[in-house]
Amino acid sequence: MAFDKELNLEATELRLGLPGTKESEKQPTIAIKSNKRALPNFNEESCGSKENSNASHLIQKRDQEIASPAKAQVVGWPPVRSYRKNCLQLKKMEAEAAGMYVKVSMDGAPYLRKIDLKVYKGYPELLKALEEMFKFSAGEYSEREGYNGSEFVPTYEDKDGDWMLVGDVPWDMFLCSCKRLRIMKGSEAKGLGCAV
Amino acid sequence: MQRMACSFPDEVLEHVFSFVQCDNDRNAISTVCKSWYKIERWSRRRVFVGNCYAISPDMVIRRFPDVRSIELKGKPHFADFNLVPDGWGGYVAPWISAMAAAYPWLEEIRLKRMVITDENLELISKSFKNFKVLVLSSCEGFSTDGLAAIAANCRSYLHCRNLRELDLRESEVEDLSGHWLKHFPDDYTSLVSLNIACLGCEVSFSALERLVGRCPNLRTLRLNRAVPLDKLANLLRRAPQLVELGTGAYSSELRPDVFSNLSGAFSGCKELKSLSGFWDVVPGYLPAVYPICCRLTTLNLSYATIQSPDLIKLVGQCQNLQRLWVLDYIEDAGLDAVAASCKDLRELRVFPSDPYGPEPNVPLTEQGLVSISEGCSKLQSVLYFCRQMSNAALMTIARNRPNMTRFRLCIIEPGTPDYLTLQPLDVGFGAIVEHCKDLQRLSLSGLLTDLVFEYIGTYAKKLEMLSVAFAGESDLGLHHVLSGCEKLRKLEIRDCPFGDKALLANAAKLETMRSLWMSSCSVTFGACKLLGQKMPRLNVEVIDERGTPDSRPESCPIDKLYIYRTVAGSRFDMPGFVWTIDEDSAMRLS
Repeated sequence: MAFDKELNLEATELRLGLPGTKESEKQPTIAIKSNKRALPNFNEESCGSKENSNASHLIQKRDQEIASPAKAQVVGWPPVRSYRKNCLQLKKMEAEAAGMYVKVSMDGAPYLRKIDLKVYKGYPELLKALEEMFKFSAGEYSEREGYNGSEFVPTYEDKDGDWMLVGDVPWDMFLCSCKRLRIMKGSEAKGLGCAV
Repeated sequence: MQRMACSFPDEVLEHVFSFVQCDNDRNAISTVCKSWYKIERWSRRRVFVGNCYAISPDMVIRRFPDVRSIELKGKPHFADFNLVPDGWGGYVAPWISAMAAAYPWLEEIRLKRMVITDENLELISKSFKNFKVLVLSSCEGFSTDGLAAIAANCRSYLHCRNLRELDLRESEVEDLSGHWLKHFPDDYTSLVSLNIACLGCEVSFSALERLVGRCPNLRTLRLNRAVPLDKLANLLRRAPQLVELGTGAYSSELRPDVFSNLSGAFSGCKELKSLSGFWDVVPGYLPAVYPICCRLTTLNLSYATIQSPDLIKLVGQCQNLQRLWVLDYIEDAGLDAVAASCKDLRELRVFPSDPYGPEPNVPLTEQGLVSISEGCSKLQSVLYFCRQMSNAALMTIARNRPNMTRFRLCIIEPGTPDYLTLQPLDVGFGAIVEHCKDLQRLSLSGLLTDLVFEYIGTYAKKLEMLSVAFAGESDLGLHHVLSGCEKLRKLEIRDCPFGDKALLANAAKLETMRSLWMSSCSVTFGACKLLGQKMPRLNVEVIDERGTPDSRPESCPIDKLYIYRTVAGSRFDMPGFVWTIDEDSAMRLS
């Protein structure tokens, strides 16, 4: 709260009234005090240390509360039918639970790692994560030449048991067919498109 | 003059009346004179009851002795969002019993938000010799055993009973087994429409295949999620005449042979106009439907959790699309693409992929809707979930699309203001009601004061249904709506600071409407009692699970209020948490 005073947040405070109007004027309220089903967010009693209890601080409070993790859910809001909610929740839960963990080996490293492919949205993110994990640089990818300017080349074993260069097929197809990853050393990767 | 009215024989008048199907017109005919009333009531074949408690089955039967098609609605709309406690009502049983006795030739039953049991289904299957259509929309209370009864009795040599339509739209069915489908007799071939999308369990697939194969008139088939993708091609090849298809789960290991089989099967369906289903989509299989995209008029991708680029590729090929339902994964960019390709679009629904997340998870904003309003000149109906909106965007949308008739906007966080100006969204919605003169249905959201209701009361003269949540400042808001919206039939309100004054001042208005729902507002039990006493043709139901309202001070706000007009008096099937007040001012407990 001392922090607040120093920065004079009042000047940039978000509120419903016109700039310059006093806070003591009646401001529009959204929730009713006596309503037992009022949203915890809008319940003015939970204002805590704030002196002004009117709803003009609604937005500011809301911003504060967004920072906190689990927000209390209001019954029936947003108005989404339960079969839709169940469908999406199931999907989310399945995705979060299952993951798509594959082994990653790097030539010369003493032990393997495991990563969840589902966490990444595409090749750039995956390559960055691999680079960070194994402390190497993959270089520039091009369709014609593969990975340029690097000693190491990311490859994967597909469903047929073949070793393929990472990046050639669309991301979704890669997710479906990748069984494990191997970061090959340049000397072995000749012929896979690594221009050393 | 009397001789003029009777100068045509009854048969001639009846024949003339048979060309008039619309309920309102039929009602008008029946008020001309006694003779017309009599002829009309004997020849009315279709009855629609918008609130099953507004009238009793006996009254309907007495007035219309020879009905062939009935449609009944039970619970209020907010029951869809779990606001109506279980056991509130909406039981179809008394209707089925009464009709089983009175309408042996009944052909069609359509129910929405009603409770129907397996016994009721069994009674239906045995009572109506010519039964053809059963549609259960958002119903509950039955299991697959009830469906087995319907299937088993769908065909009869003696009475030529031939079921055409079995549609379980979004109902909650207790899944006991998938074997119910086997009860369709082997010589049953008249199925035209089957919608089992809401069923959780696996249905007997071989029975399904045989059923589809032997019904040449099958035009609608909506499968459930449990039907795997690799079985879909076979089904399609047996029913290439399909017009409407709902797939099951749309996922399988990517295999070229499965893909080409599926693609070939889709290409063979030259009449296919509507697609839905698409649970668990693997994007690699979407191109299988590309050959038929140009013929599609309806596309429901609201379960397809795929990303914008895949959605764009698909929808971009559907130049004749009229109705699109999709998740917000489509993003603003996707909606730009839709606006560019789907020039015939009439209806758009965008559902939230992460309704409870605190932060936006996809770049879908008001901009997507603005693009659609600019590019799709035939747009009439919108349902849009998003996280930010501005008055400027709403004004643009309103000016672009004055032909809109249904506008439902849900800004996910209650009380969200215009994100650009931080003002309430009153003027934005005001522009909607001002420009869209034929607006029939409106749902509000975001930060709203009494001003928006003033606009609605002033401009929304054709509005029939209004949904309000977390809005308004005082009773004046409610008063504007009740006094200004001449065509209002259904009003549903939650979490608004509306109290007794507006309600009591507009009591007469409530008799001109089907129903009013108010929950988590500021209405007192005292006002409800007063209303109940003064208005004998209204049922004023106080729904409160906290126990009898008498145990709290009269000024304490009640939890939920449901008021509806009725000629049937108080209902007899109220559960313990519903209180109603009748004329003799005694509090009637169930």
